[in-house]
Amino acid sequence: MAIKKFMYVNRKAPYGTVYALESLEVVLIAAAFDQDVSLAFLDDGVYQIAKGQDTTGIGQKNFSATYRALGDYDINKIFVEQESLDARGMTADDLMPLVYEDEDDDWAEKPSISIVSRTEMAAIMAKQDVTFSF
Amino acid sequence: MKYTVMINEGPYQHQSADTALQFVRAALAKGHEIYRVFFYHDGVNNGTCLSVPPSDDRQIQKEWSELAKEHELDLVICIAAAQRRGIMDESEAKRQGMDAHNIADGFRISGLGQLIEGGIQADRTIVFGD
Repeated sequence: MAIKKFMYVNRKAPYGTVYALESLEVVLIAAAFDQDVSLAFLDDGVYQIAKGQDTTGIGQKNFSATYRALGDYDINKIFVEQESLDARGMTADDLMPLVYEDEDDDWAEKPSISIVSRTEMAAIMAKQDVTFSF
Repeated sequence: MKYTVMINEGPYQHQSADTALQFVRAALAKGHEIYRVFFYHDGVNNGTCLSVPPSDDRQIQKEWSELAKEHELDLVICIAAAQRRGIMDESEAKRQGMDAHNIADGFRISGLGQLIEGGIQADRTIVFGD
């Protein structure tokens, strides 16, 4: 069967609701299925991959380190919406440096994150076969 | 057309649980195939047999069980989400040393791989959530 394009759209803040954590659990399982996987972060979802998360005050597990492991799962197409960053006073520097090792380029370390405009994001979404929204 | 349906919200809490049930019913009535219905997040609560809504209200969990029986639907509850929220079948309850189980007729508990596989097999995957 042909490989399908799967996109996981993350729209909610990492804590406060369980959506982000359980979305990440889906993505990690999905990595085992040899499909074309990409992730989108928009709206408050951009906070999921923000640097310097500290959950000690709320008594919840800080799972942000797991996003750094996505590259090891061959998940290296991570799209972040520019307008969502702008609206929250954030830039690319506020995001964790998510990277992967490119096996076609002598395992060179490359960035997984692409910052795209809302229009570009819409075009990327339109190309997907399966879109899960969290 | 062959559909996989994902339901991410709980019954009575959120409209999407109703809309999903109505969509599945309508799709079947039009002759479409429902390859799988996958319950995630609080959506797992659609599969409890211990819900007792007021008698003059809709009976969401019971309606799923009846629809599953009538159309041989594959209703899958995510095990990881179910464990957090206390939805158990008999074998999982035994495994966890619990003295009760509460999965409704027509539902089964399985892993997230069932969702991805559903997405691969179906022509369309539809998510009902917040």
